[in-house]
Amino acid sequence: MKKILLITCFISVMFGCKTKTDSESDVMASLQATPKEVLNSGDKEIPVYDFDGLAPLLQSPGEKTRIVNFWATWCKPCVAELPHFEEIGKKYKDAGVEVILVSLDFPSKTEESLLPFVKEHNLSSQVVLLDDPRQNEWIPKVDENWSGAIPATVIISQNERSFYEKSFTFKELEAELLKHTDN
Amino acid sequence: MKTVKYLLIGLVVVVITAFTVQRAFDSGYQVGDMAEDFRLKNIDGKMVSLSDYKDVKGYLVVFTCNSCPYAVAYEDRIIALDKKYKDQGVPVIAINPNNPSIQPKDSYEMMKTRAKEKGFTFPYLIDEDQEIFPKYGATRTPHCFLLEKTPKGNLVRYIGAVDDNYQDASQVNNAYVEQAIDAMLNGQEIEIKNTKAIGCSIKV
Repeated sequence: MKKILLITCFISVMFGCKTKTDSESDVMASLQATPKEVLNSGDKEIPVYDFDGLAPLLQSPGEKTRIVNFWATWCKPCVAELPHFEEIGKKYKDAGVEVILVSLDFPSKTEESLLPFVKEHNLSSQVVLLDDPRQNEWIPKVDENWSGAIPATVIISQNERSFYEKSFTFKELEAELLKHTDN
Repeated sequence: MKTVKYLLIGLVVVVITAFTVQRAFDSGYQVGDMAEDFRLKNIDGKMVSLSDYKDVKGYLVVFTCNSCPYAVAYEDRIIALDKKYKDQGVPVIAINPNNPSIQPKDSYEMMKTRAKEKGFTFPYLIDEDQEIFPKYGATRTPHCFLLEKTPKGNLVRYIGAVDDNYQDASQVNNAYVEQAIDAMLNGQEIEIKNTKAIGCSIKV
């Protein structure tokens, strides 16, 4: 019975994606593992992953360039730079750039933090929730130089991968992105 | 030919030095370094230094704050560490590294309030000039530094997280700080000397 439920859930997630914008469904497609759970914030779906589920997103996206930003609603500098990531995502969407916002909000508090935030700010980038307390194991897998402080960002293109433990202005982010896409 | 050789050697030296300097500047203390003492204001108005403590074996210096949910999630565990290890000669010394003009919840007044609410059993100091946390290389809150008091100075023995589960204290598999203090007090090798954890960046 549980299996049937799971399959139904999975199918509905797949169908859900089809009605979404192209960029969102592509992002979902690159995540091979089935999410642990899918949260809903308005019309947005927020898949929940452990690190193994998220890991494919940190690999080369082929022809595309992917910007993965680690953030949380309670992180002031993260929230301050979010609009820049949104704007970059919109501006460079047709150039094959996808932005993924990996939330590190407390999974037990999504109802009062992440879900209302995504709805209120009408975020257009794909948001995923990373629920994996074994941080000492996965932080070095994102980047060995990452101390764990957020905000942190990874830009991945076919041949290159850059990691930043810092806040971005729009111009700085755009400049870093162009280093990847101009190659 | 000789000139080329010397040039090459010179280049290697320059490169190595450049990297070493960069590293020391970027990352603060590493395990095995000697930590500098400080003199910072406690919530009771008195100045506190490591050297004020006479009969201790070491210190657990924790960079933490009021405003970060990760720091808040660890408050009870840090109090428990102080209660457990103060009598064994390893007191907790908490330091708030944040600039309160960026994060008003981390003001000196708010520190007093929070310490009272939670019943902190340890000093809660303010890094007013924001000079101490970069020396230590703290980048986030909470960020722990275990120091051993030796005749040569305060030796950094462990840097990192309190334990391996910020979400649920009952699901902890590795209590990193406890394991490190126990090993230090028993004169044993500390197995896990460095760990990483998500935390709030320090507000400068």
